[in-house]
Amino acid sequence: MSAVIENHHDDHHHGPAKGITRWLYTTNHKDIGTLYLWFSFAMFLIGGAMAMVIRAELFQPGMQIVEPEFYNQMITLHGLIMIFGGVMPAFVGLANWLVPMMIGAPDMALPRMNNLSFWILPFAFFILLSSLFMEGGAPNFGWTFYAPLSTTYAPPSVTFFIFSVHIMGASSIMGAINVVVTIMNMRAPGVDLMKMPLFVWSWLITAYLLIAVMPVLAGAVTMMLMDIHFGTSFFNAAGGGDPVLFQHIFWFFGHPEVYIMILPAFGIVSHIIETFSRKQLFGYSSMVWAMLSIAILSFVVWAHHMFTVGLPLAAEIFFMWATMLIAVPTGVKVFNWVATMFRGSITFETPMLFAVAFVVLFTIGGLSGLMLAIVPADFQYHDTYFVVAHFHYVLVPGAIFSIMAAVYYWIPKWCGNMYDERLGKLHFWLSFVGVNVTFFPQHFIGLAGMPRRYPDYALQFADWNMVSSVGAFLFGFSQILFLFIVLKTVMGGKKATGQVWEGAKGLEWTVASPAPYHTFSTPPKID
Amino acid sequence: MFFRLLKNSKRNVLLPLIFLCASPMISADWFALNMTRGITDISNEVFELHMLIFWICVAIGAVVFSVMFYSMWAHTKEKNPVPATFHENHKLEIAWTIIPFLILIAMAVPASKTLVKIYDDEAGDINIQVTGYQWKWQYRYLEDEVSFFSNLSTDLDEIYNLVPKGENYLQEVDEMVVIPAGKKVRFLITANDVIHSWWMPAFAIKQDAIPGFVNTAWTVVDEPGIYRGKCTELCGKNHGFMPIVVKVVEQDEYDDWVYGKRQEAIKLAELTTKEWTTAELMERGEGIYEVNCVACHQTAGQGIAGIFPALAGSDIALNNKDRHIEILMEGVQGAAMNSFDYLSEVELAAVITYTRQAWGNAENGDGEIVVPKDIVDYKEPKI
Repeated sequence: MSAVIENHHDDHHHGPAKGITRWLYTTNHKDIGTLYLWFSFAMFLIGGAMAMVIRAELFQPGMQIVEPEFYNQMITLHGLIMIFGGVMPAFVGLANWLVPMMIGAPDMALPRMNNLSFWILPFAFFILLSSLFMEGGAPNFGWTFYAPLSTTYAPPSVTFFIFSVHIMGASSIMGAINVVVTIMNMRAPGVDLMKMPLFVWSWLITAYLLIAVMPVLAGAVTMMLMDIHFGTSFFNAAGGGDPVLFQHIFWFFGHPEVYIMILPAFGIVSHIIETFSRKQLFGYSSMVWAMLSIAILSFVVWAHHMFTVGLPLAAEIFFMWATMLIAVPTGVKVFNWVATMFRGSITFETPMLFAVAFVVLFTIGGLSGLMLAIVPADFQYHDTYFVVAHFHYVLVPGAIFSIMAAVYYWIPKWCGNMYDERLGKLHFWLSFVGVNVTFFPQHFIGLAGMPRRYPDYALQFADWNMVSSVGAFLFGFSQILFLFIVLKTVMGGKKATGQVWEGAKGLEWTVASPAPYHTFSTPPKID
Repeated sequence: MFFRLLKNSKRNVLLPLIFLCASPMISADWFALNMTRGITDISNEVFELHMLIFWICVAIGAVVFSVMFYSMWAHTKEKNPVPATFHENHKLEIAWTIIPFLILIAMAVPASKTLVKIYDDEAGDINIQVTGYQWKWQYRYLEDEVSFFSNLSTDLDEIYNLVPKGENYLQEVDEMVVIPAGKKVRFLITANDVIHSWWMPAFAIKQDAIPGFVNTAWTVVDEPGIYRGKCTELCGKNHGFMPIVVKVVEQDEYDDWVYGKRQEAIKLAELTTKEWTTAELMERGEGIYEVNCVACHQTAGQGIAGIFPALAGSDIALNNKDRHIEILMEGVQGAAMNSFDYLSEVELAAVITYTRQAWGNAENGDGEIVVPKDIVDYKEPKI
């Protein structure tokens, strides 16, 4: 055992390898974090381009740009790419960069698996995107792929979709196991569980959610595969199966998945608000307990996505009450952020702007979620643009704003240069205006009665759809500015200090900027 | 291949652009901001619930955001250079856990009460079986023995911006569901192929139509009128093109309507025994093709490569009359092609003849036609 440790010790002083092999063979958590982040950025732009196609088609009533068949492929791929390619890998990238540095560990616990979990992802998305060029087109049944539309009635490319989802799932599970093992075993002496930075806590909980539900998703797509190719009838009523069973399985995965995409955001925003308010987080332990409660409740609310499938009365009432209960811990989090800002000493650098916008707009998304929990009202909201507005409010100015905030906040630590503050603020305001102009009118469109996943619509929805499309183009094209800002920062700019932000606390700020290739080879001293 | 403007040289490119620019003027509905109240007791209750929770959310938002915005204004680094150091306050934390909890109960109780009313499951005065098909609705009146399909009646040229869009663009059908005012009508909702969802906002009914299951919903409408709804579960490419229109009429008018529908059915039955010419079948068949087949197999029978097979030049349509009939009667296992045995013998014979004759199929194949008697024979039990 000691021989192994000594051998490993000899490797410590080498820097990154040269050329492409640095990235292909890397087991360094910072390199892998960078890979994940760039990959998710690429997927964000591809998924965003699809959103532009959707909004261009919906700019006016009538079919103008694409056919309904292709429109359905766009909405399906947009959802899948943004969720599995954009948001989730971005959070894994942030976890890779930050978790070891925050807990004073030299690297992730399972570095080779870390490499594997990243490098299978590009193949998954290559397969998924290549389905666009297959006969019969790409998957066209929505990102929720309800059977039997996704089985008996699916295009042949569905098999590739299933394979691709399997690979994404394997990648997520490996990433999650790595995070859990790292946090449980590699904390520097003195970093107790209840002293861990909230981002680490949020990721520990997220990782357990991933391990719990990704196999359920794998089960769902495997049952689809069996139905399509091997003559089973899990979801085929004509063969004795049950199409509603699919929805139960899917949403048992799907609802925790929603929290997988928001819990790390809670962690990020807590750090940023604390830093720029120059004041200790109001209630650390209640924040941890709130996240735990949200995670546990996420397993007993799945059927609120299915209020119209004909559930028995008792089930409707149970899922309504359970869903509303989630508002309590979520409220605790929002109140904590506000209380942290209260009587602080606040400045509004770009990360703080994104974090403040996160709190306001995520709360709006949360409140519309509360409205959706009311079953009789949900009969009117369900599958309309009101739902589209709701989940985009929690995912775009929620999850994605938190990722952007994190990039601005930690990029000086990653590459040693400050980003351009003026451009950063411009990016924020363009995104903020764009997001609201896009998604706020969708509340109106939905309440007025426009169903989602419609390539064309009746005339009374025309005005606000046009406004929404204009906002979407503004938001979409603003992200090219984001790409420019990131590239500019990577290439050069004002040198950052190790501390970077006046009010920042945490082990990652105790190392130089840019962070050395290997940090905390010997554990730091914690007071 | 995806971009219509690039690929479709047959249609004028300029014309759609003109209507594209003109359409904002024909629609000005900036005030379509909120849910409509609907016209039944239940839909009114749902509307009240919606407004209640909406205002509660607005109030919560107002309180939270005003504290936050005040802090952003008053507690900047300039105005407050030395931050306070307070953190954790058990009284405050208990308060902001308990108060939201009580608010939630105040919302959930009336919601549960309304839900119990909606779930009243007694039989109606009139029971209508609603079946979702890709992409149309079938209505069967269980007591009155009336049955028909309801299809989108908006012209394709309106959808492709070749002519101005009408007032009820995408919200009009060839045959409305007619129900009498003041009677309890129960809908038994199911589907034939994929999952659809039957939504009538004015009645606050939205129930998924699921193959192999029957969901129920009921309503009592007092006010005669025409009410429009839509399919709300993604069901394939024409999901956006299968609207629902319900016409509520007084009882007398309803009885007349039922009588008229029955007479129609009798006339249709008589047609089965009539001698048919190819031209007559073709004429009738084209209309049936436009309604039932064109979405997948396309106007010129060319299909869509990889998903929906072409009929023009297909071996079955050219040379295999028996298999042709069989496919329409039984569907194709494991494919999107369903059984069309719900069409009448005349309709089936006409549409099969049409697809065997049109697009040069008659010249390239055996040119055989199918008459209603062939379908009747097919339906006879085989020994």
